[in-house]
Amino acid sequence: MNTLYGLLIAPFADFAFMQRALFGSLMLSLGACPVGVFLMLRRMSLSGDAMAHAILPGAAAGFLLYGLEILPMTIGGLIAGVIVALGAGAVSRFTIQREDASMAAFYLISLAIGVLMVSIRGSSVDLMHVLFGTVLALNNEALTLIGGIVAVTLVSLVIFWRALVAECLDPLFLRSVSRMGSPVHFIFLGLVVLNLVGGFQALGTLLSVGLMMLPAAAARFWTVRVEPMCVLAVLIGFASCIAGLLLSYHASLPSGPAIILSAGVVYFASILFGSRGILRARIIHHRHRTA
Amino acid sequence: MLKSIRAALAMSVITLTVFDASSAFAAPLKVVASFTIIADFARNVGGDRVSITTIVGPDGDAHVYEPSPADAVAMAKADVVLVNGLHFEGFLQRLVDASATKASIVTLTKGVTPIDFKPEFADADAAEGAGTGGGKTVTDPHAFQSIANARIYVKNIAEAFCAADSDGCVSYQTNAATYTKKLDALEGDVKEAIQSIPEAKRVVITSHDAFGYFEHAYGLTFLAPQGISTDSEPSAADVAKLVEQVKQDKAAAIFVENITNPRLIEQIASETGIKVGGTLYSDALSQPDGPASTYIDMMHNNIRQIKGAILGS
Repeated sequence: MNTLYGLLIAPFADFAFMQRALFGSLMLSLGACPVGVFLMLRRMSLSGDAMAHAILPGAAAGFLLYGLEILPMTIGGLIAGVIVALGAGAVSRFTIQREDASMAAFYLISLAIGVLMVSIRGSSVDLMHVLFGTVLALNNEALTLIGGIVAVTLVSLVIFWRALVAECLDPLFLRSVSRMGSPVHFIFLGLVVLNLVGGFQALGTLLSVGLMMLPAAAARFWTVRVEPMCVLAVLIGFASCIAGLLLSYHASLPSGPAIILSAGVVYFASILFGSRGILRARIIHHRHRTA
Repeated sequence: MLKSIRAALAMSVITLTVFDASSAFAAPLKVVASFTIIADFARNVGGDRVSITTIVGPDGDAHVYEPSPADAVAMAKADVVLVNGLHFEGFLQRLVDASATKASIVTLTKGVTPIDFKPEFADADAAEGAGTGGGKTVTDPHAFQSIANARIYVKNIAEAFCAADSDGCVSYQTNAATYTKKLDALEGDVKEAIQSIPEAKRVVITSHDAFGYFEHAYGLTFLAPQGISTDSEPSAADVAKLVEQVKQDKAAAIFVENITNPRLIEQIASETGIKVGGTLYSDALSQPDGPASTYIDMMHNNIRQIKGAILGS
């Protein structure tokens, strides 16, 4: 019992920075995982990655202008992300080009601008270290920010739930029965940006995409219904955060990658053993044929 | 694009050879220094006879610097390239190759007794049976943090300048001797300041392990959560160990460096209630109007900050 306490509870009980890391990453999972489920259902799983790149220049601009302040960097990231999301969304809505192509175009332009800005200023402090926060160094400001983002995300998800589900599964149907189609799409892209910005405070931009997508992708192997999928994704996110932090504590591994790799393990386990995974599908398929 | 770069390089080689042949005296020796501390040494030794280009500027991190075409151009035009060596400048070999420079590359740590990074955390990990990196030793490149080594740097610079510009050799040697005297005085100041700190309190925390030589030479212990280079991300175990050490009153002060992300240090400080001392300058000098615009100012600044924070807490 004592060893179990030492393994699982003591790291969090003894150190305030571990409590903050746990609290911050759990909150992040609460917001980001459901958003990830919708991204996946909309077949935009890779857009999360693109959006993360799109945020970088805005955050870099905030840093170059105001130094290492959370607020300017967040607002900068938000602005850059929203411009890219709206631009890409608008192009795909109002022209013949698909969202994947317009997203790729916009994020590449945004990334190039970012690299240009950083280079003109001269590489002083390595921006990656600044932009990639570490979950071990969450201060009150960062926690408040993440909390606010999670609250906005959850409230928006509750309000627009039905429209979002309809938009994900059959956007043309939603547009034919309601004028909510386009606004909901943009609100959703806004939520993606918001959660990525929240994530870059904690895990860094690229890893925050991991926390968004991996639990969602894993949950897909267990259920077909959207509500349980979101709940399951959040639970997988929680488990990954706890496991990752404990792994980082006991095995002295960097915390961000440890969290994402924990989610990765769940993903692979889900592929194999999920109720819609490889093994189960084989068995059912086989029975069906013999019957 | 490639053609025009090649043409530019060829042009620069041609113009340089012309200069060498006609007037070795009139044109200043073109020196490229990899980072600000070396540039400062070179300025003191070379005086007016050299023009110095610094690749990684003030407050820049040489471990992860990405060179620009302008750097390659400066490198290609240089007569002497001064580098730290010991894998301090990760970008350097690529830049030398890319610029196809004819300059002599002078490694200033030649003659320095290299020390390894102390395996403080690796040891503790091995004791717990959890570490995989225990026992692995890596050479610490921050040799300039010991003033004894700085004297070797200066000697190497003077020799390199003499080899490239024999007319100015006397002046280089005189400048080097004058500067070495200043370094001797500086070393005296640093040792005196350390002496004034009680022995039990000579432990401080910084954000990246750059003070191995300082520690070795002057008997002050530095603990760092980030390890050998600013590249690596800390693990929860590292941070937890630091917090424990501070709580057991083993560390007396905590510092932020000019080139790293201060968030982690601030978090440790707020958890333990230890006060964050001022900024220490480790791998780069400050801007000209900053507190550490020269090597001597940097060492003075660091020792003053350390002493102030330890005695003040």
